[in-house]
Amino acid sequence: MNPEPIDWKKYLIVFLFTLGLFATASFVSNYFSNKKVDQLKSIQDKIAIDILSSETQFSLLSELSCKNVSTYSILGGELGELGRKLEWGQENLGKSEEVTYLRKYYSLLQIKDYLLMKKINFRCGGNFAFILYFYTTAENCSECEREGLVLSTLRDKYPDLRVYSFDYSTDLSAVKAMLDIYKIEDTRLPALVVDDEVLTGFHSIDELEIKINESFKLQEKETIEIENKE
Amino acid sequence: MQTIMTSVSTVIFNMFIFLSVYVQVFFLITFFENRKKIVTRTGKIKLATYPSVTVIVPCWNEELTIKGTVDSLLELNYPQDKLKILLVDDGSTDNTLDVIRSFEKYENVKIFHKENGGKHTALNFGIKRTDTDFLGCLDADSMADKEALVRIMSYFEKSPTTMAVSPSVVTNKPKSILQSAQKVEYDMSVYVKKMLGLIGGIHVTPGPLTIFRMKVFDDLGPYRHAHNTEDMEIAYRMQKNHYSIDQCNDAYVYTNTPNTVKKLHKQRLRWLYGFINNTIDYKDVLFKKKYGNFSFFTLPAGILSVVAASYLIGRFFYKIGDIIYLKIVEYETVGFHISRELPTIDPFFLNTQSTFLFIIILLYILVITSIVLGRKMSEEKSGFSFDMVYFFIIYGIIAPFWLINAVYSTVLSKKPTWR
Repeated sequence: MNPEPIDWKKYLIVFLFTLGLFATASFVSNYFSNKKVDQLKSIQDKIAIDILSSETQFSLLSELSCKNVSTYSILGGELGELGRKLEWGQENLGKSEEVTYLRKYYSLLQIKDYLLMKKINFRCGGNFAFILYFYTTAENCSECEREGLVLSTLRDKYPDLRVYSFDYSTDLSAVKAMLDIYKIEDTRLPALVVDDEVLTGFHSIDELEIKINESFKLQEKETIEIENKE
Repeated sequence: MQTIMTSVSTVIFNMFIFLSVYVQVFFLITFFENRKKIVTRTGKIKLATYPSVTVIVPCWNEELTIKGTVDSLLELNYPQDKLKILLVDDGSTDNTLDVIRSFEKYENVKIFHKENGGKHTALNFGIKRTDTDFLGCLDADSMADKEALVRIMSYFEKSPTTMAVSPSVVTNKPKSILQSAQKVEYDMSVYVKKMLGLIGGIHVTPGPLTIFRMKVFDDLGPYRHAHNTEDMEIAYRMQKNHYSIDQCNDAYVYTNTPNTVKKLHKQRLRWLYGFINNTIDYKDVLFKKKYGNFSFFTLPAGILSVVAASYLIGRFFYKIGDIIYLKIVEYETVGFHISRELPTIDPFFLNTQSTFLFIIILLYILVITSIVLGRKMSEEKSGFSFDMVYFFIIYGIIAPFWLINAVYSTVLSKKPTWR
């Protein structure tokens, strides 16, 4: 009694077939990933145009009126949304190069937004508070994760709080310039900048709330001063 | 370091998924290769000769089901003078003995009572008293279809080298959702067993009415305890000795399935524990050309399902643990906080990454195909049934428990009991 001989050819055919199925699945998933990267690109482009347009508008009209400029500030949420999508994309899309590139661009947009908003805030009397947040993804930073949670809670609580987050390892001269200005070191992350004051290490929600409220008061005072001058 | 761990885990994960798809594709290709050979007979058939067959019914505390079992044997479309029925009471403590005594009046029924020693001892007790060339066993919780035996015997008539033929074990009419879910699983295994039969890779000759040539026991010896899965061990032993086993897909045996989760768990724990431990006992059979597809396909596929499922369960619990951990960190950091923004569903965040989603969909399609094909073979019904939904949900929830338990029991050498 001999066993049925093994049909090696069949084992191979099944292997090739399975490989084919995997390739198809991978092709389909790649297609969707590409679509998502495209989606990210188009959101980013739209935001870039918005910022550029507001900047230009501001330059044109700054001396005359503040009325028209304020429209941009409504869009603040979009930048945060894009940030969340990019972060998710970094972890899940498996297109690291393209996403890294988009994240660089995003950092730049954040800086531009920060500068513009500060100007608008100053000249046109907005009541915004700003936090620059530096973290790292290069190493495991559990404090950064916790600080991130604190900041999103605060952002949720204070719609007029604008948080800009920067990955320490971002290879972009503009980000490096900021790191230089505030003397941020990678050994002391997370780091926060509130009203030009640098805070390193983890800061709880209560500590930051005090700072933010001070910042809001400061802005208010400045606004009143400007109005009085005018 | 963490990224290395993550990518190792991803590679392992993809490998398991790949191999699982491989197994399903292997079955499907086997099906298409042989689809003309797979016939499902609906009417009565006749044999050139009707060899004598002994059917042993081992029973231990089966007072409720034993009557139906014996009745089904007496009603078989097989000459009763060629059929010997041995009812072996394995030291029941209930009324089983009285119930089987009521069959004394039949000439071809013999009744024995012995001290309790476990199913394999009852079977060996019967084998010693068998003088026919063919014998089989019928578990006392099962009932044979009228045509089952004659259809099985037609396989022996066709092939003198076939040493055992197992039937299609299907469920008795399901009375609950749990039993409906099991029905789907049994239908699927009709297909799987048939495919394994076609490639000569059957690894279990189930208690309900597998018929053997007496030569099997004469040559290879009696049943063994074999971790309470004697019907699996004998199949392993036959494969090791190149005794071919076939599967008769249109010989139906209806079995009563466990009606509670606890009983189902106990049964599956025993089966899985039996599979793991018999495979360990027969590990020298693995990946040896001389043992054919049994060695290169059946056993590896079985091992894969245990290992891959354990891994997936581990991964699942790890992820759940991770989510809980993050929630705790979040609570500690910012307290209980409800976002003012309502959570919105953005299709962007649907994970279509790393082929995972599509392969899982594919795997489901392949599994559903095998259920549909099995259903067609066992019931001549095609298409979907709602029971499949029960199957996926219920097994998805409870199967991990018996898997974990079986692996755990093996590691700690803790033997599961029969009932």
